[in-house]
Amino acid sequence: MTKPSLPFVDLSINTDLVRRILVDFIRTEITRAGFKRAVVGVSGGVDSALVCFLTAEALGPENVLALRMPYKTSSPESLEHARLVIERTGVQSRTVDITPMVDAYLERYAPDADRVRRGNVMARMRMLVLYDHSASFGGLVVGTGNKTEILLGYTTLYGDAAYALNPIGDLYKTQVWQLAEAVGVPEVIVKKAPSADLWVGQTDEGELGFSYRLADQILYRLVDERYTPEEVVAQGFPEEVVRAVVERMRRNHYKRIMPPIAKLSHRTVGYDFLYLRDWGTG
Amino acid sequence: MAFTLALVQFQTRLGDVMTNLERHLAWIRQAKDRGADVVAFPELSLTGYIVQDLVPAVACKPLQDDPVFGPLLEASTQVDLVVGFVEEDRRSRFFNSVAYLSQGEVVHVHRKVYLPTYGMFDEGRFFAWGDRVAAFDTRFGRFGLLICEDFWHVSPPYLLWLDGADVMLFPMASPGRGIVPAEERLGTARWVETVVQAYAGLFTVFAAFINRVGFEDGIHFWGGSAVYGPDGARLTQAPYHQEALVLQEVDLRALHRARARLPLLRDERTSLFQRELARILEQRGLPKAPPRV
Repeated sequence: MTKPSLPFVDLSINTDLVRRILVDFIRTEITRAGFKRAVVGVSGGVDSALVCFLTAEALGPENVLALRMPYKTSSPESLEHARLVIERTGVQSRTVDITPMVDAYLERYAPDADRVRRGNVMARMRMLVLYDHSASFGGLVVGTGNKTEILLGYTTLYGDAAYALNPIGDLYKTQVWQLAEAVGVPEVIVKKAPSADLWVGQTDEGELGFSYRLADQILYRLVDERYTPEEVVAQGFPEEVVRAVVERMRRNHYKRIMPPIAKLSHRTVGYDFLYLRDWGTG
Repeated sequence: MAFTLALVQFQTRLGDVMTNLERHLAWIRQAKDRGADVVAFPELSLTGYIVQDLVPAVACKPLQDDPVFGPLLEASTQVDLVVGFVEEDRRSRFFNSVAYLSQGEVVHVHRKVYLPTYGMFDEGRFFAWGDRVAAFDTRFGRFGLLICEDFWHVSPPYLLWLDGADVMLFPMASPGRGIVPAEERLGTARWVETVVQAYAGLFTVFAAFINRVGFEDGIHFWGGSAVYGPDGARLTQAPYHQEALVLQEVDLRALHRARARLPLLRDERTSLFQRELARILEQRGLPKAPPRV
Protein backbone atom coordinates (compact mmCIF):
# COMPACT_ATOMS: atom_id res chain seq x y z
CA MET A 1 0.00 0.00 0.00
CA THR A 2 1.34 3.42 -0.89
CA LYS A 3 1.55 5.96 1.85
CA PRO A 4 -1.08 8.65 1.36
CA SER A 5 0.43 11.99 0.47
CA LEU A 6 -2.57 13.80 1.98
CA PRO A 7 -2.47 14.71 5.70
CA PHE A 8 -4.58 11.74 6.80
CA VAL A 9 -5.86 11.82 10.39
CA ASP A 10 -5.65 8.54 12.24
CA LEU A 11 -9.33 7.65 12.70
CA SER A 12 -8.63 4.38 14.47
CA ILE A 13 -10.51 3.65 17.66
CA ASN A 14 -10.08 1.66 20.87
CA THR A 15 -12.13 -1.31 19.71
CA ASP A 16 -12.51 -2.83 23.20
CA LEU A 17 -13.98 0.41 24.52
CA VAL A 18 -16.31 0.99 21.58
CA ARG A 19 -17.44 -2.63 21.51
CA ARG A 20 -18.33 -2.42 25.20
CA ILE A 21 -20.39 0.73 24.73
CA LEU A 22 -22.22 -0.57 21.65
CA VAL A 23 -23.06 -3.97 23.14
CA ASP A 24 -24.39 -2.21 26.26
CA PHE A 25 -26.35 0.15 24.04
CA ILE A 26 -28.08 -2.66 22.15
CA ARG A 27 -28.90 -4.60 25.31
CA THR A 28 -30.08 -1.60 27.31
CA GLU A 29 -32.15 0.05 24.63
CA ILE A 30 -33.89 -3.16 23.55
CA THR A 31 -34.67 -4.43 27.04
CA ARG A 32 -35.90 -1.09 28.36
CA ALA A 33 -38.38 -0.96 25.46
CA GLY A 34 -39.78 -4.25 26.76
CA PHE A 35 -38.06 -6.57 24.30
CA LYS A 36 -35.28 -9.10 24.54
CA ARG A 37 -34.91 -10.03 20.89
CA ALA A 38 -33.74 -8.38 17.71
CA VAL A 39 -34.04 -8.70 13.93
CA VAL A 40 -31.13 -7.84 11.64
CA GLY A 41 -31.03 -7.82 7.88
CA VAL A 42 -27.76 -9.51 6.98
CA SER A 43 -26.61 -8.69 3.46
CA GLY A 44 -23.20 -10.25 3.44
CA GLY A 45 -21.56 -6.85 3.77
CA VAL A 46 -19.38 -5.61 6.59
CA ASP A 47 -21.87 -3.22 8.22
CA SER A 48 -24.63 -5.74 8.78
CA ALA A 49 -22.05 -8.39 9.69
CA LEU A 50 -20.67 -6.16 12.43
CA VAL A 51 -24.17 -5.36 13.71
CA CYS A 52 -25.07 -9.05 13.75
CA PHE A 53 -21.96 -9.86 15.80
CA LEU A 54 -22.62 -7.02 18.27
CA THR A 55 -26.31 -7.87 18.61
CA ALA A 56 -25.59 -11.56 19.17
CA GLU A 57 -23.12 -10.57 21.88
CA ALA A 58 -25.64 -8.22 23.49
CA LEU A 59 -28.71 -10.47 23.52
CA GLY A 60 -27.39 -14.00 23.00
CA PRO A 61 -27.50 -15.54 19.51
CA GLU A 62 -30.75 -17.38 20.23
CA ASN A 63 -32.48 -14.01 20.59
CA VAL A 64 -31.35 -12.68 17.24
CA LEU A 65 -33.00 -13.39 13.89
CA ALA A 66 -30.80 -12.72 10.87
CA LEU A 67 -32.73 -12.28 7.65
CA ARG A 68 -31.14 -12.90 4.28
CA MET A 69 -33.23 -11.20 1.62
CA PRO A 70 -31.72 -11.80 -1.81
CA TYR A 71 -33.13 -10.55 -5.09
CA LYS A 72 -32.53 -12.50 -8.32
CA THR A 73 -29.70 -10.15 -9.33
CA SER A 74 -28.01 -10.28 -5.93
CA SER A 75 -24.54 -11.69 -5.99
CA PRO A 76 -24.33 -15.35 -4.82
CA GLU A 77 -21.23 -14.26 -2.93
CA SER A 78 -23.35 -11.90 -0.80
CA LEU A 79 -25.65 -14.77 0.17
CA GLU A 80 -22.68 -16.96 0.99
CA HIS A 81 -21.06 -14.24 3.11
CA ALA A 82 -24.32 -13.73 4.97
CA ARG A 83 -24.38 -17.47 5.66
CA LEU A 84 -20.88 -17.18 7.04
CA VAL A 85 -22.01 -14.46 9.46
CA ILE A 86 -24.97 -16.53 10.61
CA GLU A 87 -22.75 -19.57 11.10
CA ARG A 88 -20.07 -17.67 13.04
CA THR A 89 -22.51 -15.86 15.33
CA GLY A 90 -24.90 -18.80 15.83
CA VAL A 91 -27.95 -16.58 15.44
CA GLN A 92 -31.29 -17.80 14.16
CA SER A 93 -31.82 -17.17 10.49
CA ARG A 94 -34.28 -17.17 7.67
CA THR A 95 -33.92 -16.54 3.96
CA VAL A 96 -36.69 -14.61 2.25
CA ASP A 97 -36.33 -14.30 -1.52
CA ILE A 98 -37.77 -10.88 -2.34
CA THR A 99 -37.78 -11.51 -6.12
CA PRO A 100 -41.47 -12.49 -6.48
CA MET A 101 -42.66 -9.51 -4.40
CA VAL A 102 -40.41 -6.99 -6.07
CA ASP A 103 -41.12 -8.29 -9.57
CA ALA A 104 -44.87 -8.44 -9.00
CA TYR A 105 -44.78 -4.70 -8.48
CA LEU A 106 -42.14 -3.75 -11.01
CA GLU A 107 -43.50 -5.84 -13.87
CA ARG A 108 -47.04 -4.63 -13.46
CA TYR A 109 -46.62 -1.02 -12.39
CA ALA A 110 -43.07 0.09 -13.12
CA PRO A 111 -41.62 -1.82 -16.06
CA ASP A 112 -39.60 1.20 -17.16
CA ALA A 113 -38.11 1.95 -13.76
CA ASP A 114 -34.40 2.73 -13.86
CA ARG A 115 -31.96 0.89 -11.65
CA VAL A 116 -32.08 3.48 -8.87
CA ARG A 117 -35.86 3.15 -8.60
CA ARG A 118 -35.54 -0.63 -8.75
CA GLY A 119 -32.91 -0.52 -6.02
CA ASN A 120 -35.16 1.61 -3.83
CA VAL A 121 -38.05 -0.82 -4.28
CA MET A 122 -35.76 -3.66 -3.20
CA ALA A 123 -34.54 -1.74 -0.16
CA ARG A 124 -38.10 -0.90 0.87
CA MET A 125 -39.27 -4.45 0.31
CA ARG A 126 -36.54 -5.61 2.65
CA MET A 127 -37.76 -3.06 5.19
CA LEU A 128 -41.26 -4.52 4.91
CA VAL A 129 -39.95 -8.05 5.49
CA LEU A 130 -37.80 -6.91 8.43
CA TYR A 131 -40.66 -5.09 10.14
CA ASP A 132 -43.06 -7.97 9.64
CA HIS A 133 -40.51 -10.27 11.23
CA SER A 134 -40.05 -7.73 13.98
CA ALA A 135 -43.67 -8.44 14.85
CA SER A 136 -43.60 -12.21 14.34
CA PHE A 137 -40.26 -12.78 16.08
CA GLY A 138 -40.93 -10.19 18.76
CA GLY A 139 -37.69 -8.31 18.26
CA LEU A 140 -36.63 -4.78 17.37
CA VAL A 141 -35.03 -4.04 14.01
CA VAL A 142 -31.39 -3.11 14.48
CA GLY A 143 -30.07 -0.75 11.83
CA THR A 144 -26.83 -1.16 9.96
CA GLY A 145 -26.09 2.26 8.48
CA ASN A 146 -22.69 3.78 9.28
CA LYS A 147 -21.83 7.45 9.79
CA THR A 148 -20.31 7.84 6.34
CA GLU A 149 -23.37 6.68 4.47
CA ILE A 150 -25.75 8.55 6.78
CA LEU A 151 -23.84 11.80 6.23
CA LEU A 152 -23.57 11.25 2.50
CA GLY A 153 -27.21 10.22 2.32
CA TYR A 154 -26.14 7.04 0.55
CA THR A 155 -29.19 5.20 1.78
CA THR A 156 -32.84 4.59 0.91
CA LEU A 157 -35.29 6.56 3.02
CA TYR A 158 -37.74 4.11 4.67
CA GLY A 159 -35.63 1.31 3.21
CA ASP A 160 -32.30 0.50 4.82
CA ALA A 161 -32.64 3.81 6.70
CA ALA A 162 -35.61 2.39 8.67
CA TYR A 163 -34.80 0.79 12.01
CA ALA A 164 -35.58 0.93 15.73
CA LEU A 165 -32.02 1.62 16.83
CA ASN A 166 -28.61 1.86 15.25
CA PRO A 167 -25.39 0.91 17.05
CA ILE A 168 -22.92 1.86 14.29
CA GLY A 169 -24.33 5.14 12.96
CA ASP A 170 -21.60 7.18 14.66
CA LEU A 171 -18.75 5.11 13.22
CA TYR A 172 -17.15 6.04 9.93
CA LYS A 173 -16.74 3.27 7.38
CA THR A 174 -13.04 2.98 8.09
CA GLN A 175 -13.85 2.55 11.79
CA VAL A 176 -16.46 -0.07 10.94
CA TRP A 177 -13.74 -2.05 9.16
CA GLN A 178 -11.51 -1.82 12.20
CA LEU A 179 -14.21 -2.83 14.69
CA ALA A 180 -15.49 -5.61 12.41
CA GLU A 181 -12.03 -7.12 12.32
CA ALA A 182 -11.73 -6.85 16.11
CA VAL A 183 -15.01 -8.63 16.85
CA GLY A 184 -14.23 -11.48 14.47
CA VAL A 185 -16.12 -10.73 11.28
CA PRO A 186 -14.53 -13.02 8.65
CA GLU A 187 -11.72 -11.32 6.78
CA VAL A 188 -13.26 -12.04 3.39
CA ILE A 189 -16.17 -9.78 4.37
CA VAL A 190 -14.04 -7.02 5.87
CA LYS A 191 -11.67 -6.85 2.93
CA LYS A 192 -14.08 -6.94 -0.01
CA ALA A 193 -15.21 -3.86 -1.94
CA PRO A 194 -18.35 -2.39 -0.31
CA SER A 195 -21.50 -2.77 -2.40
CA ALA A 196 -25.21 -2.16 -1.93
CA ASP A 197 -25.60 -5.04 -4.40
CA LEU A 198 -28.70 -3.50 -5.93
CA TRP A 199 -27.50 -4.23 -9.46
CA VAL A 200 -24.83 -6.42 -10.95
CA GLY A 201 -21.36 -5.01 -10.54
CA GLN A 202 -22.43 -2.09 -8.33
CA THR A 203 -19.85 -0.83 -5.86
CA ASP A 204 -20.37 2.01 -3.42
CA GLU A 205 -17.12 3.71 -4.27
CA GLY A 206 -17.76 3.40 -8.01
CA GLU A 207 -21.19 4.94 -7.62
CA LEU A 208 -20.09 7.70 -5.24
CA GLY A 209 -17.05 8.56 -7.32
CA PHE A 210 -14.61 8.59 -4.42
CA SER A 211 -13.22 6.13 -1.89
CA TYR A 212 -14.54 5.70 1.64
CA ARG A 213 -11.08 6.32 3.05
CA LEU A 214 -10.97 9.69 1.36
CA ALA A 215 -14.60 10.55 2.19
CA ASP A 216 -14.03 9.71 5.87
CA GLN A 217 -11.04 12.02 6.06
CA ILE A 218 -13.05 14.86 4.54
CA LEU A 219 -16.17 14.19 6.61
CA TYR A 220 -14.18 13.94 9.84
CA ARG A 221 -12.74 17.40 9.23
CA LEU A 222 -16.02 18.96 8.15
CA VAL A 223 -18.30 17.37 10.72
CA ASP A 224 -16.25 16.40 13.76
CA GLU A 225 -13.57 19.07 13.57
CA ARG A 226 -15.73 21.84 12.05
CA TYR A 227 -13.30 22.82 9.30
CA THR A 228 -14.71 24.88 6.43
CA PRO A 229 -14.68 23.20 2.98
CA GLU A 230 -12.07 25.78 1.90
CA GLU A 231 -9.80 24.76 4.77
CA VAL A 232 -10.12 21.11 3.80
CA VAL A 233 -9.19 21.94 0.20
CA ALA A 234 -6.27 24.03 1.44
CA GLN A 235 -4.99 20.96 3.25
CA GLY A 236 -4.61 19.29 -0.12
CA PHE A 237 -7.85 17.34 -0.51
CA PRO A 238 -9.25 17.33 -4.07
CA GLU A 239 -11.67 20.19 -4.47
CA GLU A 240 -14.15 18.27 -6.59
CA VAL A 241 -14.44 15.54 -3.95
CA VAL A 242 -14.81 18.03 -1.09
CA ARG A 243 -17.53 19.81 -3.07
CA ALA A 244 -19.31 16.54 -3.85
CA VAL A 245 -19.22 15.50 -0.20
CA VAL A 246 -20.55 18.85 1.02
CA GLU A 247 -23.30 18.85 -1.58
CA ARG A 248 -24.36 15.28 -0.81
CA MET A 249 -24.51 16.10 2.90
CA ARG A 250 -26.67 19.15 2.33
CA ARG A 251 -28.96 17.69 -0.31
CA ASN A 252 -29.67 14.52 1.66
CA HIS A 253 -30.24 16.08 5.06
CA TYR A 254 -33.95 15.32 4.73
CA LYS A 255 -33.13 11.65 5.11
CA ARG A 256 -31.65 12.27 8.56
CA ILE A 257 -34.50 14.11 10.22
CA MET A 258 -38.17 13.54 10.90
CA PRO A 259 -40.37 15.15 8.23
CA PRO A 260 -41.53 18.65 9.14
CA ILE A 261 -45.02 19.14 10.51
CA ALA A 262 -46.76 22.43 9.75
CA LYS A 263 -46.89 24.26 13.05
CA LEU A 264 -50.29 25.66 14.02
CA SER A 265 -50.77 25.20 17.75
CA HIS A 266 -48.79 26.28 20.82
CA ARG A 267 -47.35 22.82 21.14
CA THR A 268 -46.34 20.75 18.14
CA VAL A 269 -44.63 17.41 17.79
CA GLY A 270 -41.10 17.97 16.54
CA TYR A 271 -40.69 21.55 17.82
CA ASP A 272 -41.83 22.05 21.39
CA PHE A 273 -43.01 18.66 22.55
CA LEU A 274 -39.65 17.42 23.69
CA TYR A 275 -39.16 14.04 25.28
CA LEU A 276 -36.61 11.32 24.75
CA ARG A 277 -37.82 8.02 23.45
CA ASP A 278 -36.60 6.49 26.71
CA TRP A 279 -39.05 8.56 28.75
CA GLY A 280 -40.37 6.45 31.63
CA THR A 281 -38.06 3.50 31.07
CA GLY A 282 -34.76 2.26 32.44
CA MET B 1 -11.11 13.25 61.91
CA ALA B 2 -12.05 10.84 59.19
CA PHE B 3 -15.22 9.75 57.49
CA THR B 4 -16.22 7.26 54.84
CA LEU B 5 -17.47 8.69 51.58
CA ALA B 6 -19.60 6.50 49.30
CA LEU B 7 -20.06 7.31 45.62
CA VAL B 8 -23.03 5.68 43.89
CA GLN B 9 -23.22 5.48 40.09
CA PHE B 10 -26.40 3.95 38.80
CA GLN B 11 -28.97 3.94 36.02
CA THR B 12 -32.00 6.15 36.55
CA ARG B 13 -35.45 5.65 35.08
CA LEU B 14 -36.02 8.73 32.98
CA GLY B 15 -38.72 10.95 34.46
CA ASP B 16 -39.90 8.43 37.10
CA VAL B 17 -39.02 10.09 40.39
CA MET B 18 -40.65 7.57 42.71
CA THR B 19 -38.83 4.64 41.12
CA ASN B 20 -35.57 6.55 41.34
CA LEU B 21 -36.31 7.36 44.98
CA GLU B 22 -36.68 3.63 45.71
CA ARG B 23 -33.34 3.02 44.00
CA HIS B 24 -31.73 5.74 46.12
CA LEU B 25 -33.06 4.22 49.32
CA ALA B 26 -31.79 0.76 48.33
CA TRP B 27 -28.30 2.11 47.54
CA ILE B 28 -28.32 4.12 50.78
CA ARG B 29 -29.11 0.98 52.81
CA GLN B 30 -26.31 -0.87 51.09
CA ALA B 31 -23.85 1.99 51.61
CA LYS B 32 -24.77 2.31 55.26
CA ASP B 33 -24.32 -1.42 55.79
CA ARG B 34 -20.83 -1.06 54.36
CA GLY B 35 -19.94 1.74 56.73
CA ALA B 36 -20.61 4.91 54.74
CA ASP B 37 -20.99 8.24 56.54
CA VAL B 38 -21.77 10.29 53.43
CA VAL B 39 -23.45 8.88 50.29
CA ALA B 40 -23.22 10.96 47.11
CA PHE B 41 -25.34 10.45 43.98
CA PRO B 42 -24.92 11.88 40.46
CA GLU B 43 -26.49 14.96 38.89
CA LEU B 44 -30.28 14.77 38.51
CA SER B 45 -30.14 11.36 40.18
CA LEU B 46 -33.85 11.51 41.07
CA THR B 47 -35.05 12.28 37.55
CA GLY B 48 -32.58 11.24 34.87
CA TYR B 49 -30.56 13.74 32.89
CA ILE B 50 -32.25 14.64 29.60
CA VAL B 51 -35.55 15.63 31.15
CA GLN B 52 -36.53 18.33 28.62
CA ASP B 53 -40.28 18.92 28.80
CA LEU B 54 -40.53 16.63 31.82
CA VAL B 55 -38.91 19.34 33.97
CA PRO B 56 -42.10 20.74 35.53
CA ALA B 57 -43.52 17.25 36.00
CA VAL B 58 -40.52 15.90 37.94
CA ALA B 59 -39.70 19.00 39.99
CA CYS B 60 -39.78 18.83 43.75
CA LYS B 61 -38.99 20.95 46.78
CA PRO B 62 -36.39 20.04 49.37
CA LEU B 63 -38.85 20.21 52.25
CA GLN B 64 -39.86 17.83 55.03
CA ASP B 65 -43.40 17.37 53.71
CA ASP B 66 -42.32 16.73 50.11
CA PRO B 67 -43.14 13.12 49.07
CA VAL B 68 -39.63 12.68 47.65
CA PHE B 69 -37.59 14.58 50.21
CA GLY B 70 -39.55 13.23 53.19
CA PRO B 71 -38.10 9.70 52.83
CA LEU B 72 -34.66 11.07 51.91
CA LEU B 73 -34.56 13.32 54.97
CA GLU B 74 -35.63 10.34 57.07
CA ALA B 75 -32.76 8.31 55.56
CA SER B 76 -30.38 11.19 56.30
CA THR B 77 -30.79 10.56 60.02
CA GLN B 78 -28.61 7.49 59.39
CA VAL B 79 -26.14 8.77 56.84
CA ASP B 80 -25.49 12.13 55.14
CA LEU B 81 -26.73 12.37 51.54
CA VAL B 82 -25.99 14.27 48.36
CA VAL B 83 -28.82 13.91 45.82
CA GLY B 84 -29.52 15.52 42.44
CA PHE B 85 -32.98 16.76 41.54
CA VAL B 86 -35.07 19.29 39.66
CA GLU B 87 -35.87 22.00 42.17
CA GLU B 88 -38.93 24.18 41.92
CA ASP B 89 -38.70 27.39 43.90
CA ARG B 90 -41.61 29.34 45.40
CA ARG B 91 -42.11 31.25 42.17
CA SER B 92 -41.95 28.10 40.00
CA ARG B 93 -38.52 28.59 38.60
CA PHE B 94 -36.88 25.24 37.92
CA PHE B 95 -33.25 24.61 38.82
CA ASN B 96 -30.82 21.78 38.24
CA SER B 97 -29.89 21.32 41.91
CA VAL B 98 -28.09 19.10 44.37
CA ALA B 99 -28.92 18.98 48.08
CA TYR B 100 -26.83 17.98 51.09
CA LEU B 101 -29.02 16.29 53.69
CA SER B 102 -27.94 15.40 57.22
CA GLN B 103 -29.65 14.48 60.48
CA GLY B 104 -33.07 15.02 58.92
CA GLU B 105 -32.23 18.54 57.74
CA VAL B 106 -31.47 20.19 54.41
CA VAL B 107 -28.00 21.56 55.11
CA HIS B 108 -27.33 23.08 51.69
CA VAL B 109 -28.74 23.30 48.18
CA HIS B 110 -26.55 24.18 45.24
CA ARG B 111 -28.24 25.34 42.03
CA LYS B 112 -26.18 24.75 38.91
CA VAL B 113 -24.60 28.06 37.90
CA TYR B 114 -23.35 26.99 34.47
CA LEU B 115 -26.07 25.46 32.32
CA PRO B 116 -24.45 24.04 29.18
CA THR B 117 -26.47 25.15 26.18
CA TYR B 118 -24.40 24.24 23.16
CA GLY B 119 -23.65 21.18 21.05
CA MET B 120 -25.68 18.29 22.44
CA PHE B 121 -26.66 20.25 25.59
CA ASP B 122 -29.81 22.30 26.05
CA GLU B 123 -30.04 22.99 29.78
CA GLY B 124 -30.47 26.75 29.45
CA ARG B 125 -33.71 26.12 27.61
CA PHE B 126 -35.25 24.20 30.50
CA PHE B 127 -33.59 25.44 33.70
CA ALA B 128 -33.12 28.69 35.56
CA TRP B 129 -29.54 29.73 36.30
CA GLY B 130 -28.29 29.29 39.85
CA ASP B 131 -26.66 32.39 41.22
CA ARG B 132 -24.60 31.39 44.22
CA VAL B 133 -21.44 29.40 44.94
CA ALA B 134 -20.93 28.78 48.64
CA ALA B 135 -19.22 26.30 50.92
CA PHE B 136 -21.09 24.95 53.94
CA ASP B 137 -20.35 23.21 57.20
CA THR B 138 -21.18 19.57 57.75
CA ARG B 139 -20.54 17.30 60.71
CA PHE B 140 -17.45 16.10 58.79
CA GLY B 141 -15.95 19.48 57.91
CA ARG B 142 -16.57 22.20 55.36
CA PHE B 143 -17.83 21.01 51.99
CA GLY B 144 -18.60 22.45 48.59
CA LEU B 145 -20.94 21.17 45.87
CA LEU B 146 -20.79 21.89 42.14
CA ILE B 147 -22.65 20.24 39.29
CA CYS B 148 -20.88 19.02 36.14
CA GLU B 149 -20.43 22.07 33.86
CA ASP B 150 -19.88 24.23 36.97
CA PHE B 151 -16.43 22.72 37.36
CA TRP B 152 -15.52 22.96 33.67
CA HIS B 153 -15.17 26.60 34.61
CA VAL B 154 -12.31 27.31 36.97
CA SER B 155 -13.98 30.06 39.01
CA PRO B 156 -16.61 28.04 40.95
CA PRO B 157 -14.08 25.60 42.48
CA TYR B 158 -11.80 28.55 43.20
CA LEU B 159 -14.62 30.36 45.02
CA LEU B 160 -15.43 27.23 47.02
CA TRP B 161 -11.78 26.99 48.00
CA LEU B 162 -11.70 30.58 49.23
CA ASP B 163 -14.98 29.98 51.05
CA GLY B 164 -13.31 27.25 53.06
CA ALA B 165 -14.35 24.02 51.33
CA ASP B 166 -11.94 21.20 52.14
CA VAL B 167 -14.08 18.53 50.50
CA MET B 168 -15.47 19.25 47.02
CA LEU B 169 -18.13 16.95 45.65
CA PHE B 170 -19.07 17.21 41.99
CA PRO B 171 -22.19 15.24 40.98
CA MET B 172 -22.40 14.96 37.21
CA ALA B 173 -24.07 13.26 34.26
CA SER B 174 -21.37 13.23 31.64
CA PRO B 175 -22.36 11.92 28.21
CA GLY B 176 -19.48 9.81 26.93
CA ARG B 177 -17.87 11.02 23.70
CA GLY B 178 -14.55 11.25 21.98
CA ILE B 179 -13.20 8.02 20.43
CA VAL B 180 -10.55 9.64 18.24
CA PRO B 181 -7.69 9.53 19.00
CA ALA B 182 -7.90 5.95 20.23
CA GLU B 183 -7.04 5.88 23.91
CA GLU B 184 -7.76 3.74 26.94
CA ARG B 185 -10.44 6.20 27.99
CA LEU B 186 -13.08 8.26 26.25
CA GLY B 187 -12.14 11.88 25.61
CA THR B 188 -14.66 13.07 28.20
CA ALA B 189 -13.33 10.68 30.84
CA ARG B 190 -9.78 11.84 30.28
CA TRP B 191 -10.79 15.47 30.57
CA VAL B 192 -12.96 15.15 33.69
CA GLU B 193 -10.38 13.04 35.50
CA THR B 194 -7.59 15.45 34.59
CA VAL B 195 -9.53 18.50 35.73
CA VAL B 196 -10.84 17.12 39.02
CA GLN B 197 -7.45 15.67 39.87
CA ALA B 198 -5.91 19.06 39.14
CA TYR B 199 -8.36 20.82 41.48
CA ALA B 200 -7.50 18.43 44.30
CA GLY B 201 -3.81 19.15 43.84
CA LEU B 202 -4.07 22.89 43.11
CA PHE B 203 -6.33 23.54 46.09
CA THR B 204 -4.90 20.82 48.40
CA VAL B 205 -8.43 19.53 49.05
CA PHE B 206 -10.36 16.31 48.64
CA ALA B 207 -12.22 16.40 45.35
CA ALA B 208 -14.60 13.76 43.98
CA PHE B 209 -16.84 13.47 40.95
CA ILE B 210 -19.88 11.22 40.92
CA ASN B 211 -20.90 10.32 37.37
CA ARG B 212 -23.88 8.25 36.44
CA VAL B 213 -24.02 5.22 34.14
CA GLY B 214 -26.53 3.84 31.67
CA PHE B 215 -28.18 5.17 28.54
CA GLU B 216 -30.76 7.77 27.60
CA ASP B 217 -31.64 7.05 23.96
CA GLY B 218 -28.27 6.82 22.21
CA ILE B 219 -26.38 8.77 24.86
CA HIS B 220 -24.34 6.84 27.39
CA PHE B 221 -22.88 7.92 30.70
CA TRP B 222 -19.49 6.45 31.52
CA GLY B 223 -19.36 6.27 35.32
CA GLY B 224 -15.78 6.08 36.60
CA SER B 225 -16.60 8.13 39.72
CA ALA B 226 -13.42 8.97 41.60
CA VAL B 227 -11.94 10.56 44.71
CA TYR B 228 -8.66 12.51 44.72
CA GLY B 229 -6.68 13.56 47.79
CA PRO B 230 -5.05 16.88 48.71
CA ASP B 231 -1.72 15.82 47.23
CA GLY B 232 -3.48 15.30 43.89
CA ALA B 233 -3.30 11.53 44.02
CA ARG B 234 -6.26 9.39 42.99
CA LEU B 235 -7.56 7.53 46.03
CA THR B 236 -10.25 5.39 44.44
CA GLN B 237 -12.18 5.02 41.24
CA ALA B 238 -15.35 3.14 40.31
CA PRO B 239 -15.38 1.05 37.13
CA TYR B 240 -16.45 2.60 33.84
CA HIS B 241 -19.84 1.84 32.28
CA GLN B 242 -21.41 -0.15 35.11
CA GLU B 243 -23.40 0.46 38.25
CA ALA B 244 -21.21 0.60 41.34
CA LEU B 245 -20.90 1.73 44.92
CA VAL B 246 -17.36 2.63 45.96
CA LEU B 247 -16.20 3.69 49.39
CA GLN B 248 -13.24 5.82 50.36
CA GLU B 249 -12.07 6.81 53.79
CA VAL B 250 -11.42 10.55 53.83
CA ASP B 251 -8.77 11.29 56.45
CA LEU B 252 -9.00 15.03 57.00
CA ARG B 253 -5.58 14.97 58.70
CA ALA B 254 -4.20 14.61 55.20
CA LEU B 255 -5.11 18.30 54.70
CA HIS B 256 -2.74 19.18 57.54
CA ARG B 257 0.05 17.15 56.01
CA ALA B 258 -0.47 18.38 52.45
CA ARG B 259 -0.63 22.05 53.46
CA ALA B 260 2.42 21.76 55.73
CA ARG B 261 4.32 20.57 52.69
CA LEU B 262 2.72 22.82 50.09
CA PRO B 263 1.20 26.05 51.53
CA LEU B 264 -0.75 27.09 48.44
CA LEU B 265 -3.77 28.07 50.50
CA ARG B 266 -1.66 30.10 52.97
CA ASP B 267 0.04 31.98 50.13
CA GLU B 268 -3.01 32.59 47.96
CA ARG B 269 -3.14 36.36 47.35
CA THR B 270 -6.86 36.98 47.34
CA SER B 271 -6.52 40.77 47.62
CA LEU B 272 -4.26 40.85 44.60
CA PHE B 273 -6.73 38.63 42.78
CA GLN B 274 -9.66 40.82 43.74
CA ARG B 275 -7.87 44.02 42.75
CA GLU B 276 -6.71 42.69 39.41
CA LEU B 277 -10.08 41.15 38.60
CA ALA B 278 -11.77 44.48 39.31
CA ARG B 279 -9.23 46.24 37.10
CA ILE B 280 -9.65 43.73 34.27
CA LEU B 281 -13.45 43.89 34.34
CA GLU B 282 -13.34 47.67 34.51
CA GLN B 283 -10.82 48.17 31.72
CA ARG B 284 -11.71 45.44 29.33
CA GLY B 285 -15.46 45.47 29.71
CA LEU B 286 -15.76 41.69 29.54
CA PRO B 287 -19.19 40.44 28.54
CA LYS B 288 -21.70 40.27 31.34
CA ALA B 289 -22.89 36.96 32.69
CA PRO B 290 -26.16 35.49 31.34
CA PRO B 291 -29.28 37.30 32.56
CA ARG B 292 -30.43 36.63 36.10
CA VAL B 293 -33.71 37.24 37.80
